[in-house]
Amino acid sequence: MRQYLLAVQLDESERDAPEDEVRAMLARTGEVTDEMKAAGSWVFVGGLEHSDVSTVVRPAGGTTTITDGPFAETKEQLGGFWVIQVEDLDQALAWARKCALACGQPIEVRPFGDPSSRQ
Amino acid sequence: MDFDGIYRAEYGRCVATLTRLLGDISLAEEAVQDAFATAVEKWEKTPPNPGAWIVTTARNRAIDRLRRESTREARHAQALLLHAPEEPGETGPVRDDQLRMIFTCCHPALSPPARAALTLRLLGGLEVGEIARAYLVPETTVSQRIVRAKKKIRDAGIPYRVPGDGELPERLDSVLTVLYLVFNEGYTSTSGELLRTDLCLEAIRLARALAELMPGEPEVTGLLALLLLTEARRPARVGPSGELVVLADQDRSLWNRELIAEGHELVRRCLRLGRPGPYQVQAAINAVHTDGESTDWTQVLALYDQLWRLAPSPVVALNRAVAVAEVHGPAAALAGIEELDLPGYHHLPATRANLLSRLGRTAEAVAAYDEAITLATNETERAFLAAKRAVLS
Repeated sequence: MRQYLLAVQLDESERDAPEDEVRAMLARTGEVTDEMKAAGSWVFVGGLEHSDVSTVVRPAGGTTTITDGPFAETKEQLGGFWVIQVEDLDQALAWARKCALACGQPIEVRPFGDPSSRQ
Repeated sequence: MDFDGIYRAEYGRCVATLTRLLGDISLAEEAVQDAFATAVEKWEKTPPNPGAWIVTTARNRAIDRLRRESTREARHAQALLLHAPEEPGETGPVRDDQLRMIFTCCHPALSPPARAALTLRLLGGLEVGEIARAYLVPETTVSQRIVRAKKKIRDAGIPYRVPGDGELPERLDSVLTVLYLVFNEGYTSTSGELLRTDLCLEAIRLARALAELMPGEPEVTGLLALLLLTEARRPARVGPSGELVVLADQDRSLWNRELIAEGHELVRRCLRLGRPGPYQVQAAINAVHTDGESTDWTQVLALYDQLWRLAPSPVVALNRAVAVAEVHGPAAALAGIEELDLPGYHHLPATRANLLSRLGRTAEAVAAYDEAITLATNETERAFLAAKRAVLS
């Protein structure tokens, strides 16, 4: 079994959807999550606040600095994510397809590194 | 003994089988290369079944190599190998291995150039240098593409199996596109000389193999027929001084009758299956072009109408316009392409130029030829367009 991150790419320059649309979207993504749980593929899910409430902590000469805002100033930000556990990329892509249709956003599929494979 | 011929014929099959046995493409390639190196030393004459000899030798070599290594992956691969049946079967599993490999190499999660390079390397057995020369890119570019793609297959977990029924249409489409693009790159290279015969022949060889592996998929048969019927006209496509000769001006006696007969038979087989698709219809169009002494344009137009219903695209609309011009005249054809948006595609201004010149709108035709010449990258096509333009001005 391999673990994959299904990351929701959110264009934050677009205006927020109306309340009822957001609620309908959450209902759809919730259904996909339930389906993942029933299939034994689900590991974690979470939606994130917009990146303007982010804070970045950087290492600097043995100490750290703290800055307000996201690390990268781009309009595409991580909006939320699933972590799933499946056999291979094809199975991960099949879930990503459902996620993309449910939330209406692009989904980046990224495998977790396997520490045991590194020498 | 034709060692190179055996290598070309057996390399892809052996790597495909070893990939199943070892669970890793790079390990499989190393093992197969080791085995061929051993063959060079040991073979005094060709063994009765060179492929089976290579697979057995490669398998034993891989076991030796893995025993010397102690990583978790090596132990895993060794376990797989030791539990595999001693002698790999000749037909069933080997055929499945090749199919698996085609679908893995053409996986949509890989970049399109990587799909073509991997397919030519792993299934065609072409060396990196041969692929680089065929695509006119540096060897390092091709080898980096292949290394990156193999790393992605391993690290992203791209499976080594034939997709299930649900995924099959989309995944098969990706495989057919790769073979079609390899052929096209050979037929009208994006730069340099007009034809790169090796790519055309390799695409046909792979399409033939795929058609044998998937006889129940009419689009596979359709693609093979399309490639054969296009390839059949190749000897007439370039004139004595290397110039492009269009269909209407080609010397039909130069066409390859055998390939045409085979292509026509495949098109008839597709028709009998009654599940039309874009490649089958394009093959049927080419069957009309190669039937009798001249093209029946009414039939070609009807087929383009069908193609438009199956797969509407601006390129189909443009090709259809050529048939419209023959059946209903250039004015009707021109009206059909005025709205097309195909940025950077030189065939659009070239077709417009041809239609405008037939309508006597010379100044506009010259301007359209200029635009087409600027966009075309293939020297032979540029020369052809320049000659057409020169006649007008």
